[in-house]
Amino acid sequence: MAVHHLAELNIARLRSPIDSPALADFVALLPEVNGLAERTPGYVWRLRDDSGDATALRPFAADVIVNLTVWESVESLRAFLYRSAHLEPMRRRRDWFVPLGDHHLVLWWIPADTLPTIDEAGKRLDLLRRNGPSPEAFTLRDLHPAPEL
Amino acid sequence: MSLEAIGALREPVRRAVYEFVVSRAAAVSRNEVAEAVGIGRTLAAFHLDKLAEAGLLDTANAARSGGPGAGRPAKLYRRSAAEHAVTLPPRDYRLLADVLASAVDRAGIEPAAYAAAREQGAKLAGGEVIPSLEALGYEPFEDADRTIRLRNCPFHAIAETHPGLVCGMNLALLDGLVGGHVRLDPGPTGCCVVIDSKNNER
Repeated sequence: MAVHHLAELNIARLRSPIDSPALADFVALLPEVNGLAERTPGYVWRLRDDSGDATALRPFAADVIVNLTVWESVESLRAFLYRSAHLEPMRRRRDWFVPLGDHHLVLWWIPADTLPTIDEAGKRLDLLRRNGPSPEAFTLRDLHPAPEL
Repeated sequence: MSLEAIGALREPVRRAVYEFVVSRAAAVSRNEVAEAVGIGRTLAAFHLDKLAEAGLLDTANAARSGGPGAGRPAKLYRRSAAEHAVTLPPRDYRLLADVLASAVDRAGIEPAAYAAAREQGAKLAGGEVIPSLEALGYEPFEDADRTIRLRNCPFHAIAETHPGLVCGMNLALLDGLVGGHVRLDPGPTGCCVVIDSKNNER
C-alpha cells in the first residue's frame, strides 16, 4: 500500500443559486459523477455532508462550492477527471460557474492514514495562489512526486 | 529525432508494415504482420524492429498460452505514444495552442471557443463522414452497434493539459462536421467523442 495519498481540492463560484433552474443540470449530474468517483480504482474518500455531497458546505464564500477528495495516486485521479463521464460536466462548467481568474484546483500529498480538513485545503490553495506550484501545493500540470519514506 | 523517425517510413514495405500496426486496436505479432502485408516472417520482424528502434512502435512480450509452440513469448508491437512532427521552417503551433487554451480558461470564454469550433466543423462538412474523419486524423472505426468510435485524438497533447476545453471544442467541431448525434464517451485511450449510428450515412 502507498504510504502517501493525494489530496485534491477544487472550488467553483456559482453563477446562480444551487437550487435555481440554471444549475439544475449540474445538480442532476452530481449523484452519477460522485458514484463514478467512488467506483474509480484508487478512490479513497470525499468530503460530504448528510445530503451525500458537499454542495451545501460553503467554507470560503457563500457562492463558492467545494470538492475535496483523496486518491491513491495521480493516475487514479486523472483517470476519473479526464477519462470518465466526469468530462461532460467539465466541458459545461462555464454554464454553471464564473471564472475565478486564479487557481481553482490544488493537489498535495498526505500520510495515507490521515484525511485532509477543509481548513488545511484552503491553506494549500492560498499557498498555490501566492507562490505558484511547489511540493506543498501543486496542480495536474505541475506534478510533484509523493515524499520519500 | 523526429526527422529520423519519419525517415524510417520512406521504405514502402516498412511503411505498409507501420500502417497495418497502427490500424489495429490491439498490439500485433510478427506473424500477423507478415500475413497482412504479404511478406515473410523474417522480413516482417526486420521492419518491425527498425520501426521500434526509430521510436515509432513500442514492443511488449505477450505471455503465451499452452499448446504447440508454447514457451517462447511472442514479441508484440503497437504504435508508440511519442509524437513526431517535422515542420520546415520550424513552427510551434502546439506552444501557441497551449497559451491560447490557458487564456480561454482564464477568461472563461469556453462557449465562444465551442461556437468557433462548431463553425469550423461545419466549414469542413460535406462528403462522406468516415473519409472526412480519416482525413482529419481521427482514425474512425465502427463498433458492433454501428457507433463510430475514433481511435486517435488529433489534439492529444493539449487535451491532456486542458481536457474540459479541448474535448468540448472537439465535440463541437465534430457536431458541426457530422451534423449532430455526437456525444462524449471517453475510454482509456483515443478520442473522447463518439458518433451515434443515425449519422453513418449522410
